[in-house]
Amino acid sequence: MGRKLLLEKAGVEGIRFFETYRREGGYKSVEKAFKMQPSDIVEEVKKSGLRGRGGAGFPTGMKWSFLAKPEGVPRYLVVNADESEPGTFKDRYLMEFIPHLLIEGMIVSSFALGSNTSYIYIRGEYDWVSDILEEAIIEARQHGWLGKNIQGSGFDCDIHVQRGAGAYICGEETALLESLEGKRGNPRIKPPFPAVKGLWGCPTVVNNVETIAAVVPIINEGGEAYASIGVGKSTGTKLISACGNINKPGVYEIDMTISVEEFIYSEEYCGGIANGKKLKACIPGGSSVPILPANLLLTTAKGEKRMMNYESLSDGGFATGSMMGSGGFIVLDEDQCIVRHTYSLARFYRHESCGQCSPCREGTGWMEKLLLKIESGKGEMSDIDLLWDIQRKIEGNTICPLGDAAAWPVAAAIRHFRDEFEWHVKNPEKCLTQNYGLAHYADPIHVPVQ
Amino acid sequence: MSRVNEIISRYPDGKQKSALLPVLHLAQVEFGGWLDVPTMDYVASILNIEPIEVYEVASFYSMYNLKPVGKHVFEVCQTGPCMLRGSDDIIDYIKKKLNISVGETTADGMFTLKTVECLGACGYAPMMQMGKTYREHLTKEKVDAIIEECRSKMN
Amino acid sequence: MQEESKKIKVTIDNITVDVEPGTTILHAARMIGGDVTPPAMCYYSKLEGSGGKCRTCLVEVAAGSAADPRPMPKLVASCRTGVMDGMVVKNITSDKVADARAGVVEFLLLNHPLDCPICDQAGECHLQDLGYDHGKEGTRYEFKRRTFKKEDIGPYIQLHMTRCILCYRCTYVASQLTDKRVHGVIDRGDHAAISTYISKAIDNDFSGNMIDVCPVGALTDKTFRFKNRVWFTKPVDAHRACTTPGCCGKATLWLRGDEVFRVTARKDQWGEVQSYDGKTGWICNTCRFETKKTSSWTIEGLTEISRHSVIGVNKYKKLEKPEETVVKVMDGHKPKLLMDIHSVSDVNNPEIHLSDINGPAHSNDFKK
Repeated sequence: MGRKLLLEKAGVEGIRFFETYRREGGYKSVEKAFKMQPSDIVEEVKKSGLRGRGGAGFPTGMKWSFLAKPEGVPRYLVVNADESEPGTFKDRYLMEFIPHLLIEGMIVSSFALGSNTSYIYIRGEYDWVSDILEEAIIEARQHGWLGKNIQGSGFDCDIHVQRGAGAYICGEETALLESLEGKRGNPRIKPPFPAVKGLWGCPTVVNNVETIAAVVPIINEGGEAYASIGVGKSTGTKLISACGNINKPGVYEIDMTISVEEFIYSEEYCGGIANGKKLKACIPGGSSVPILPANLLLTTAKGEKRMMNYESLSDGGFATGSMMGSGGFIVLDEDQCIVRHTYSLARFYRHESCGQCSPCREGTGWMEKLLLKIESGKGEMSDIDLLWDIQRKIEGNTICPLGDAAAWPVAAAIRHFRDEFEWHVKNPEKCLTQNYGLAHYADPIHVPVQ
Repeated sequence: MSRVNEIISRYPDGKQKSALLPVLHLAQVEFGGWLDVPTMDYVASILNIEPIEVYEVASFYSMYNLKPVGKHVFEVCQTGPCMLRGSDDIIDYIKKKLNISVGETTADGMFTLKTVECLGACGYAPMMQMGKTYREHLTKEKVDAIIEECRSKMN
Repeated sequence: MQEESKKIKVTIDNITVDVEPGTTILHAARMIGGDVTPPAMCYYSKLEGSGGKCRTCLVEVAAGSAADPRPMPKLVASCRTGVMDGMVVKNITSDKVADARAGVVEFLLLNHPLDCPICDQAGECHLQDLGYDHGKEGTRYEFKRRTFKKEDIGPYIQLHMTRCILCYRCTYVASQLTDKRVHGVIDRGDHAAISTYISKAIDNDFSGNMIDVCPVGALTDKTFRFKNRVWFTKPVDAHRACTTPGCCGKATLWLRGDEVFRVTARKDQWGEVQSYDGKTGWICNTCRFETKKTSSWTIEGLTEISRHSVIGVNKYKKLEKPEETVVKVMDGHKPKLLMDIHSVSDVNNPEIHLSDINGPAHSNDFKK
């Protein structure tokens, strides 16, 4: 059983409230941080090897060191709690059950970055979670952990929560800032980057909830100790939200040394495929990362066991690998139709496109229509090639990564499951009532652990 | 109004436009579950911005209703992970049960059915949002119970 | 001497140019001119914040700078990317760019109606030009095109949302030129639309400039609507002492005989409103919509139209095809000609110069 750094205390009765949280050792990292120089905290985070947990995996310490520090201009820390990537629900768990961990991490991070007013931008639908956070903030303020001169340190910091209102795009950091400014969630054209010109034109760091929460154990135990957990550049622990056709969907904290196979089949984690079915495919890092057929999911193209960490999940590039992404682990069993599932994701991205730039605005809708056409048995062989060409022309050509996020699932589905697409075209009636099944891409010899 | 001023105070001076999203949420709850033009104009006047700035924002975000809705709004998630766990069946069941299509409101003004994209509850699928809360692990029986619960609240 | 040393070098399609620091790739390319200049559908140098959206001006950066010669991983929007000293940019010499641009053109045309025959913008439409220059014949889109309900925005300007490519330029005009913006972009994604939301008249002295900045036929002049094809009217430069503060009083009148069919601001070779002494020559609605007698204007002479356009080639005074840099930089390859319009139409007979015709042009003039 791996070490837990974030959710270790999540099950403690009453941990949602300040007194229990404090009794269990909460807010110690703030006390420790106030004895350090802000630059030392940044150094410690760099040493930890912590990578952004929102999906991109960018080294957090490096991001922090890019923050511009012009005289007389406020700096802001904004926490991205706009968790909207299909398959991802880890931040919600953390905020719902152990909200003070996020507050604690935010105080330390705000101190390191010099932010006196920090914001949590939470997706609008997490209404009750927003209430939980607000309550936690009030408690922290009452106990002198927020406000003026926190614990006599001379550092002032306050935190505000802002709810979004239903827009996946606001998870993109510049769209998030626009939304926080009371505007449409249109991503900004970069450069300038938020580290130079962010919220209200001031230098800003935007970090994911889990990233900021991870700062707490990093400061408590030291960057090197944190880096010693895990493997290679995948340091520390990662929250994985597992869903789809598994026995035990939920949020799991892993230390990135376990294999994908263990994660899916062991009782400690997903508990195997639901209803005794076989594994067909999996999207290991949130809906935008490439889907992998069972055989490539469990072993890399080189024949090595695939592990639950950044490097191993992306081994083989997009040709035979995928990505860690946000940790949204979506499992598909043998009864699932890849075409239908891809259509559902394409519909999602069309719905969530902000409409600012033409490849995404027009391309996402086109892909959705073509996928529905194939799914409803009206497709032609040329439609599959057309889909491929459309996704290729969206990828990399848009203002923000939503274009890529919309293109990759379609590309991966065609790359690995082309036969299933062709089967739909060749069997226009059968595909309405039957599923293609497993074919050759499932792992035929794998017997699920009982 | 004090709530509005408290929200505005979270942002620096002159950045009161930032309060637009929270104030619209508040307005939607206060004014019957949807935002009509007078309400949006009122919000614009409070925040000292042009009405078009409010329309632009209100129409961008999916949580703001620009048309009247029923007393209870069922927002059922239909995205991939929920679909894998049978959200299509749940949607069909609610349609039949309430005798309405997606986007419609029942004749008595009680229920509106909407399909929405991922709400971040994939592990507890299928699910829907109802007001402030999520209803998760939906089954046909649970849907029946929820509808009953809503109806009994009215009496 | 000191100013010289401040300049930095950028190479675009094998042509090197010295530019001021802070110049964008697009502006550097415009300094070179000709084919190496990327097309721009949303960027407008006179409107702050514009650009980056349409993606037609994407270019490949083969070397970021002399100091860091690594290529940029993705194509970049040349209108919003600043040049660095020693940067190497590929536009028409890049297959990646050609491919991406063809994609962008296809996306822009996907839901665009093919109503050029009844569209007032035809002949000076940037999307039409873009389609001819970078698009493909035929469409691969088989689904129903998106349409919008017509919205009345007042007596002077026709909003035809179905033709809009969402460049946002008109919203910048409204917020930067007029005292109150009443229209904007509502809804999102593929339903996003230019609208006032409440069908309100856009009533402002400078609202007419939205027509001039619109790259397509989404915003057209109601006083000119269906009156004539632009290529049958004769443009002349004219001015008047306009008393509206902020109006430059310099305009182009589009005539047939002595009749003023249309008044627009004067445009430069990029299709943008011209600048005079660093100030943009916007005109007021009084000049544009209500001053339609030649006697109210002092006519300066025929307009020199220098913007390359599909239908405009060889039609107006001094209009020359831009210097063919393609041949120079592409190992002697000729630019690809999709279709020779002269093979199917007499209207653009290159032998006939409109400016040589006395009075308004007539279709008979082309049948020689």
